Amino acid sequence: MTVAAAQGADSAANLVQSVDWLAIAPPALTAAVALTVLIADLFVPERRKPLLGALSVAGLAAALLLLVPLRSGDRSTFCLTAEPEVCSYTADHFTLVIQLLVLGGALLTALLSVTELDGGKAAGTGHKLPAGEFWFLLLSSASGAALLPAARDLATLVVALEVATLPAFALVGLKRGDRLSSEAALKFFLSSVTATAVMLLGVSFVYAATGSLHLTEIAAGLDDVPGKLETLASAGVALTLVGFAFKAAAAPFHFWVPDTYVGAPLPIAAYLSVVSKAVGFSGLILVTVIAFPSHSDVWGPAVAVLAALTMTVGNVAALRQAPTRAWSAVRLLAWSSVAQAGYLLVPVAAAAYAGTDQIGSTVAYALMYAVVNLGAFAVAALVARTNPLNRLADYRGLASERPLVALAMGFFLLCLAGLPPGIVGLFAKVTVFSSAVDAGLGWLAVVMAVNVVIALFYYLQWTAVIFRAPETAEDGRPETAAPAPVLQPAGTLVALRAPAPVLAAIGLTAAAGVALSGAPQLVLRFAAESLF
Amino acid sequence: MIDISTSVMQFLLAFIVAAPLLGAAAALLPAPPGLRGKSPDQAVLRHGVTVTGAILIAAIVLALGFDHDQPSRMQATTDISWIAALDVRIHLGVDGISLPLLVLTALLTFLCALYSYFKLPAGPSPKAFVALLLVLESGTLATFAVLDLLLFFLAFEMVLIPMYFLIARWGGEERQAAAWKFILYTLLGSVVMLLGLLLVGLHAGTFDMVALATDNGRGLSTSVQITAVLAIGIGLAVKTPMWPLHSWLPDAHTAAPTVGSVLLAGVMLKMGTYGFVRIILPIAPDGMRTFAPYLAAFAVAGIIYGSLACLALARQGAGGDLKRLIAYSSVGHMGFVLLGIASMTPTGVNGALFANVAHGLITGLLFFLVGALKDRYGTADLDTLAGATGAALYGRAPRLGGLLAFAAVASLGLPGLAGFWGEMLAMFGAFDPADGLSRPAFVTFTAIACFGTLLTAAYLLIVVRRVCMGVVQQAGAEESGPTPELADVHGYELAAWTPLVALTVLAGLWPAVLLGLTDPAVQKLLAGGKS
Repeated sequence: MTVAAAQGADSAANLVQSVDWLAIAPPALTAAVALTVLIADLFVPERRKPLLGALSVAGLAAALLLLVPLRSGDRSTFCLTAEPEVCSYTADHFTLVIQLLVLGGALLTALLSVTELDGGKAAGTGHKLPAGEFWFLLLSSASGAALLPAARDLATLVVALEVATLPAFALVGLKRGDRLSSEAALKFFLSSVTATAVMLLGVSFVYAATGSLHLTEIAAGLDDVPGKLETLASAGVALTLVGFAFKAAAAPFHFWVPDTYVGAPLPIAAYLSVVSKAVGFSGLILVTVIAFPSHSDVWGPAVAVLAALTMTVGNVAALRQAPTRAWSAVRLLAWSSVAQAGYLLVPVAAAAYAGTDQIGSTVAYALMYAVVNLGAFAVAALVARTNPLNRLADYRGLASERPLVALAMGFFLLCLAGLPPGIVGLFAKVTVFSSAVDAGLGWLAVVMAVNVVIALFYYLQWTAVIFRAPETAEDGRPETAAPAPVLQPAGTLVALRAPAPVLAAIGLTAAAGVALSGAPQLVLRFAAESLF
Repeated sequence: MIDISTSVMQFLLAFIVAAPLLGAAAALLPAPPGLRGKSPDQAVLRHGVTVTGAILIAAIVLALGFDHDQPSRMQATTDISWIAALDVRIHLGVDGISLPLLVLTALLTFLCALYSYFKLPAGPSPKAFVALLLVLESGTLATFAVLDLLLFFLAFEMVLIPMYFLIARWGGEERQAAAWKFILYTLLGSVVMLLGLLLVGLHAGTFDMVALATDNGRGLSTSVQITAVLAIGIGLAVKTPMWPLHSWLPDAHTAAPTVGSVLLAGVMLKMGTYGFVRIILPIAPDGMRTFAPYLAAFAVAGIIYGSLACLALARQGAGGDLKRLIAYSSVGHMGFVLLGIASMTPTGVNGALFANVAHGLITGLLFFLVGALKDRYGTADLDTLAGATGAALYGRAPRLGGLLAFAAVASLGLPGLAGFWGEMLAMFGAFDPADGLSRPAFVTFTAIACFGTLLTAAYLLIVVRRVCMGVVQQAGAEESGPTPELADVHGYELAAWTPLVALTVLAGLWPAVLLGLTDPAVQKLLAGGKS
């Protein structure tokens, strides 16, 4: 950049980059709404606070709509004045798909949060979440997440990553007075900051070795690194990847996930499992595929091993969740999200062997995962209203209480497992398998096959619990601890009525899931075309 | 036989595959006014009978409209792109190989729905039962009708969840463990199969079964074929099931409700053998040739193992469960089917397909009968049933006893009944295997299989003796208390079983009705679309 600036100094006019405002509109609008909400919070009276939620939801929806004019995917901005093809912000198809995922995920999180914010108030337990701060933090994180896939230089990438992550710490710890929440936030914060530090070290090594921060320049630079800098460059590549692997919650950097998810407010856990993960993955994809293709012999096998490890660790841990333990449902979803991260890594590893196009499989899988995982979290949020402990055992009898929600949950879980009737889940897994087979990673495909079977066990177990008849006395189940609030006085029945936004979130995700099952091509098309 | 226009045929086939799914969705909805019946339960069970009946009629019309002069040609084909990204096409079609299985599936499911209408297995609401039954039917019918590898996989997987719930919710003792064993075993197999299918599809550049079969493995190197056959074969062998991958089957059968057992044995096992004939034989012949002797060896091991297990169960004092016994006999019967396929000759493969259908009819009938026995006695335990001298079914419920004896002798392969031709032809095929396969090895296998038929006869006759014969106890004369009156065959049971009996006799006396359909198609498959 300094070099470029020096060259540009010749003429003053060249110093000014022209900014394509439309291209950066989605993240920019989200950030603008975030600031508006923060300021408005100061002036809005307490009883009008729900307006802030409505404003945030509307802002995210508008940001999603702004993706429509960009759909040709050929815009880029913040280009070097001397070399107009080297840009810091590119709105190509990859960017747009990830932005769609991230903003859509944030929108659904917002829908779930509306009731969480109200719910805290109604319960009056002192867990009340501060509305203004909450919405500000959520939107800022979303704007960082939307910026990240468009970033094409390492500085922007790191800044976007931090903008996406820093508010997330606060969101996790927002349940004031909740010991678990603070602990979760601290754990998340410490491990994340360490990862960022490691990544920055890696970035600085790469910059030292190549003399550029732009991903395409780095790719060219890494090809002919001077001999004595070779080690530095390789170390830089490895350290940078470690940082992103942490954000993507790949094993062995996954240990923060379960406690953080349990401690965080439920919508935030959903947000972390989908949006945060997507951020980590898009960062990982950008640096591996665009910046470091010349080192694919280094990161290819590493990512493959990471993928195998991640899915195995996640699935085995998920398998060990006792259904009667407190928060076992969220814990299970947390571990399953670790396992799913493993599947998402497989095409990235395959890209090292068989070219960039494999990335599309990750993107397609991530879209499927985002829809059904958010749906599962939405159902969990609904169940948590009547069963605050959110144990797997609490889902028993859901089918007779709320048949449609139960059907939706069964569908989400089977999509995650990848079995019909979750057809989109099945075909998303098929694309991942086919990328592994295509790249000649037979062993990884077999490891994944075994993992799919392990995963089926706990997903189906959960599904089976949902459709079991409600607990009756004659069942005589040994579990006696923690009496479930089954026998409630008639007065609390009002609280049992499902809130509309949560139902809307469940409905939206279920409709999307069913539509995608009928026409998997809608997401799988990304698996077949080049996104960059 | 009758002239039906192509577009109607297309519609019929698409209807057969899709209608059960729509029916399943409709079963979950409340019944519309006018169709409410006596109670919601009765209405939904009637809905099940109506839908499966409509599908059976459609299947029969399809069979009548099928051009019997050209059974090797794919008929009633539909070919539309579904998922362009994965090159998945909704490619449907029937030929002489799939048509009998399609009709068999439609028939057995209809009979099961009819049987359940009168005798619903104990368990939760019939609504879910009917919906699951219909999804199961759709999955099986789709398996036999699709001509795209990935769609085949999808259909193959579609039956898992409904079957799991049928066993786990409506089953007998130990149903949870059995259901888990069933689904995890088969899923592990089918995921491995998926890897094989992907390997084939990615190397050949297409997932279309017809194109791949016409290619006859020319587009695939031998090493790819060997890996693919191994992977696909494991998945199919688990489903079939081939010894030693069979251990899920006895548990699943013992725990499943009657209807579940009938469909499991009658239809779902066929999905495995059908896959061998439709996918492995034509698409990867070189790989198959490598593995054929091993497949044949496992097949005859299964025949002997199944028979010996049955003999052990049938022994007095062994405490053998009749359902478990029939499940083991299925392992033996499927061994004959696999032996026929492994011979890679038209005779053997025709025999295998014939034995497939015959096994579906006869074992379906057997499971119905044992289910009826279990309902009457409250147990299927052979020792409890037979007591000291025998259950004396001939004396106490002569029609039931007669039917059981009929099904047993049909199962042991009495000439003149359906069980005979398939096993006979399979052994003929194995006696003279295709070029490139070791003749002495296959002759040995044939000899062992022949011995297996003797063992089969032995245990089935023991079962008949212990269940049907014996001294009729006088009411109240024994210390075990008064013997309950046994109801003989009910009307609905007769309705559900008669078609199976009739078809068993028909296929036994007039095998050409089936062989005429399968033979040209098999010739074409083995020749790689050249003839």
